[in-house]
Amino acid sequence: MSNKTDRFKGNILFLDRDDINTDEIIPAKYLTENSKAALKPYLLEDLKLEGFDPATSLENRQVVVTRNNFGCGSSREHAPWALEINEIYLVIAEGFSRIYRQNMYNCGMMAVELPKEDIDSLFETFKGKECSVVTDLEAQSFTFTSGDTTLTIPFKLSEFDKTLVEAGGWVEFADANY
Amino acid sequence: MGKTVAEKIFDAHLIDRQGADISILSLDRVFCHEITTPIAINDLVARGKDRVFDPDKIKAVIDHVTPAKDSKTAEQGKIMRDWAKRHNIKDFFDIGANGVCHALFPEKGFVRPGFTVIMGDSHTCTHGAFCAFAAGVGTTDLEVGILKGVCSFKTPETLKIEFTGTLQEGVFAKDVILAIIGKIGVNGATNKVIEFTGPVIDRFSMEERMTLSNMAIEAGGTTGICYPDMTTVEYLWDFIKDDYESKEAALADYSKWIADEDAVYADEITFDVTTLAPVATFGYKPDQVRAIADFEETAVDQVYIGSCTNGRIEDLREAAKILEGHTIAPGIRGVLSPATPDIFKQALKEGLIDIFMDAGFCVTNPTCGACLGMSNGVLANDEICASTTNRNFNGRMGKGGMVHLMSPASAAATAIKGTLAHSPAYKGGSNE
Ligand code: SF4
Repeated sequence: MSNKTDRFKGNILFLDRDDINTDEIIPAKYLTENSKAALKPYLLEDLKLEGFDPATSLENRQVVVTRNNFGCGSSREHAPWALEINEIYLVIAEGFSRIYRQNMYNCGMMAVELPKEDIDSLFETFKGKECSVVTDLEAQSFTFTSGDTTLTIPFKLSEFDKTLVEAGGWVEFADANY
Repeated sequence: MGKTVAEKIFDAHLIDRQGADISILSLDRVFCHEITTPIAINDLVARGKDRVFDPDKIKAVIDHVTPAKDSKTAEQGKIMRDWAKRHNIKDFFDIGANGVCHALFPEKGFVRPGFTVIMGDSHTCTHGAFCAFAAGVGTTDLEVGILKGVCSFKTPETLKIEFTGTLQEGVFAKDVILAIIGKIGVNGATNKVIEFTGPVIDRFSMEERMTLSNMAIEAGGTTGICYPDMTTVEYLWDFIKDDYESKEAALADYSKWIADEDAVYADEITFDVTTLAPVATFGYKPDQVRAIADFEETAVDQVYIGSCTNGRIEDLREAAKILEGHTIAPGIRGVLSPATPDIFKQALKEGLIDIFMDAGFCVTNPTCGACLGMSNGVLANDEICASTTNRNFNGRMGKGGMVHLMSPASAAATAIKGTLAHSPAYKGGSNE
C-alpha cells in the first residue's frame, strides 16, 4: 500500500437496512480461523436482505453504504477483517455500534457517520444504480458519482480517528506513545 | 456538577486525552478467551511485541469450545496455553477448571467496584454488575490492553434506568432486561453506559444483577452498571476481607463510586415492573420481545439452559423447581450447561443435576458451546430453540435456526410442554 489513505474509494455496495449485525457480517462458526485470509469467502454470508446474494452482490465492490447501527452485536474484529480481506476499507452509515466502529479505526480503516438526511439522499439518488465514491481525507469530503450525477458530501473525522488512519492503526500508535 | 459512575471511574483512570472526546484509560483487568485472544497473540508476535503489561492483571480462560472439538479449536487452545505459560499468567483456567468467562471471573473475585475491565468479548458488560466500567473491545484494543494496559474510550454519556414496583411470581431478571431492550431497542443505548437503579435492583442478588448487566450490549450499551451495596460486599467478602476491617468499611469505601445525586444523564427512564409478564424474543433481534402468552402455540425442537446470561446456580435452581417430577415433552431435546465447575458441583450437591437428568436433559460440561453455535447443541436448518442465552441473531445457534430468548423458568416450562410456556407460578395477565 503506497499511500494508506488512497484506498478509501471505489464502487458502492448499498445495504438498505438498519442493525446489520456482526453475525451477519461474519458468522460465529468462522471465529475459529486464525488468519484473516480464511475469512474471505464468508463475508455477509448470513445477511438477511432482499435482493442481496453474497455470491454475486459483492463482486467489484470497495465501499459499503448502509443505514443505522451497522456492526451491532459481538466484539469480533473478524467483522472488519472480513471486509478488509475483500478490499473494502470504507463503510459509510448513519451510525455504528461502538465496538465495531472502534475496530475499524484500530485497523486503520474508516467507519464514517453521515447525518440521516445525507444517507437518505444517497439511497434515493443512487440505489439500484452503479455508483462510486472517492474520499478527500484532507478536505474531509466524499464525492459520489453515477453517470452524469455527482454529489459531494462533507464528513467529520475526530482527531483521534484521523491519527489512527494515518498511523495505520492503534497498536503501533499506543506502543510508541504509552 | 455531580458525576455519573462512569465519569468517576474515568477520572480515576485517565492517563491521556486524544482530541476533545477520547480518554485513554489505565486498565485494572484484561480478560482473555480463546476465540479473540490467539489472533491478538499472533499479531503481537508478528510485530515483535510479544509482551504483557502485567501478568497479574491479565486473567485468561478457554471457554468457548472446550474440550476442543476439532484441529482449529485445539490450535486456539494451544496458543492460549503456551502464551499463558510463557508470560507467567497464573490465573489461566484450562480444562477441568474452566467455565464461561463472565460467570467464572466474578466467581473468582476478579472484579471490584471502580475497576476498568476490557475483554475481547461483547458481554464483558456483565461485570458492570459490580459497579465496574467493563467493556467489550475488538482484537486490536485487546492487543494494546495486553501490551500496555491502556484502552481508548469516548467520554461516555449515561442512560439511567430506574426499576420500580415488584416482580410477580414467575417473572425474573431476564424478563426485566428483555422488556427494557424491547422498549429502548437494539440501538437504544449505543455509545452509552447504562446505570441500573431503583428498588428492584436493590433487592436483586449479584446473579440477577449479572443477568441484567450481561444484556446491556444487546441495547448497544458500553456497559451496564449497578451500584455497590451490601449485596456486592457479601458476594466479594471472601476476597476482600484482608483489605477491610469490616463489611461496613468496605461498603463505605465502595460507595464513593455511586453516582452523585446531581449527576447529569443523557436520558432517564423509569420502568415499573409490577405488571411485567414472562416474555421471550420472537425474531432475529433481541428487541423483538413479547409476552410468552401471546405466542404459546410456537413449538420448539430444543431447550437450552446455560451461558453467561443464565447458567448460574440460581438459574439452575429456578429451572429445576419447575422440572422436578416432570419429564420433557417427547421429541424435545433438553441441554443444560452449568456455567462453571463450581456451579456444576453445587448443582450436584443440591440434587439439581438429578432433576435435570430425570427429566430427560443432557448435561454438558461448562462451556459456551451452543450459545454461539459452536458445539454441544447446534441447531439444524429450520429448528427452533428456547434458550436462556442472550442473542437471537440469525444463525447464532446454527445456520437456519431460530432462537427464542427467555428466562430459565420459562425454558424449563417450555421443555415440559413442548411449546413456549412460562412458569406455572405466574398468574397475571399479559401486560401488553
Ligand atoms: S456464553 Fe454465549 S454470550 Fe456468553 S461469553 Fe459465551 S458465547 Fe458469549
